[in-house]
Amino acid sequence: MNDKQAQNFWPPLAAGIGLGLALMGMFLFTGHGLGASGFFTRLAVWLGDITAPAWAETNNFFSPYLAKGHPLTGWISWEIAGVALGALAGSLAARRFRLKIERGPRTGVAVRLALALTGGVLTGFGAELARGCTSGLGLSGGATLAVAAFVFLLAFFAAGLLLSALTRRIWL
Amino acid sequence: MNFPLENASNLVVLVAGFFFGYFLEVSGLGSPRKLTAQFTLGDWTVFKVMFTAIVVAAAGLWLFDVLGWLRFDALKIQTTFYWAMIIGGALLGAGMAIGGYCPGTSVVGLFTGRLDALFFMLGILIGMSLFAANFDSLLGLFMAAQGPAGQTLPALTGLPAWLILLLLTGLAFAGFRLGAWFESRRGGVVNAKELAE
Repeated sequence: MNDKQAQNFWPPLAAGIGLGLALMGMFLFTGHGLGASGFFTRLAVWLGDITAPAWAETNNFFSPYLAKGHPLTGWISWEIAGVALGALAGSLAARRFRLKIERGPRTGVAVRLALALTGGVLTGFGAELARGCTSGLGLSGGATLAVAAFVFLLAFFAAGLLLSALTRRIWL
Repeated sequence: MNFPLENASNLVVLVAGFFFGYFLEVSGLGSPRKLTAQFTLGDWTVFKVMFTAIVVAAAGLWLFDVLGWLRFDALKIQTTFYWAMIIGGALLGAGMAIGGYCPGTSVVGLFTGRLDALFFMLGILIGMSLFAANFDSLLGLFMAAQGPAGQTLPALTGLPAWLILLLLTGLAFAGFRLGAWFESRRGGVVNAKELAE
């Protein structure tokens, strides 16, 4: 009788083992791990070259990426396409797919969207500074026991924990 | 066997990405409410999934290396740039606490129907362009306190990899216990049913 309801999530241990095996497989087949922010870098460079070519082509950070060509020539764009399909398949199969603006009970839609944009700006800036994100640096670096991954993850969790004293009212 | 193969097709990468997105979705990590509940300690799914995945993948790669099936030095291992990675990591922590996602989980969020993820993604592109626009003045910070090339925890500590793996497994186990303690005192984890309402 409850077959229309959203199925609950997997236990974290089971999902973590699956994710670990996918990550290991990626390393065995390609020599590198799974990433995410690299896709957004390629997209930002591509959009920058369309909207402000003179700037993008002389910018010292973006111009090396321009030599790599269209984002679809990069492996990470294919990986992100896979991530999108996997998320879609998982949420549809378990009836968890919902079109919505996810927010805390005390946060309005406009505020939520402004905060999402703000958090995104900090994340985009931080991911370029750190040379990677939670996936490419934290998760994939961790799998190779890279010191860089654990330095990054400690800073990530410490900042999130400290800031949550202020940000918890957004979500709870 | 001679891993890594290094000639993987786009299809192989797409399949690996599929499982990446699938396992993030089934653990609930497409939800900004669940992701940020890690920082208020009410739901430790982020820690549990990430740490389990790191230990499983690291142990698997170590095993392949020991068996002689993997050229470990052919793997991409990041070099530490201490200040850039500490500040960048803190910015991603702040970005998740405020915006609800990280880059990978924003893709999962959008493809599970969460339209707020689009605004987070737009923010990422703006933040990256701001970084690029100020790159020349950030270069000193970007390159500061560089560690040895591709340094790993065994290289840093002088301990054998199997011992590091054992210590990480112990840390994961302790995190699971600590997480369960916090979760039971804060009304339980964020579940799919309340998110679907």
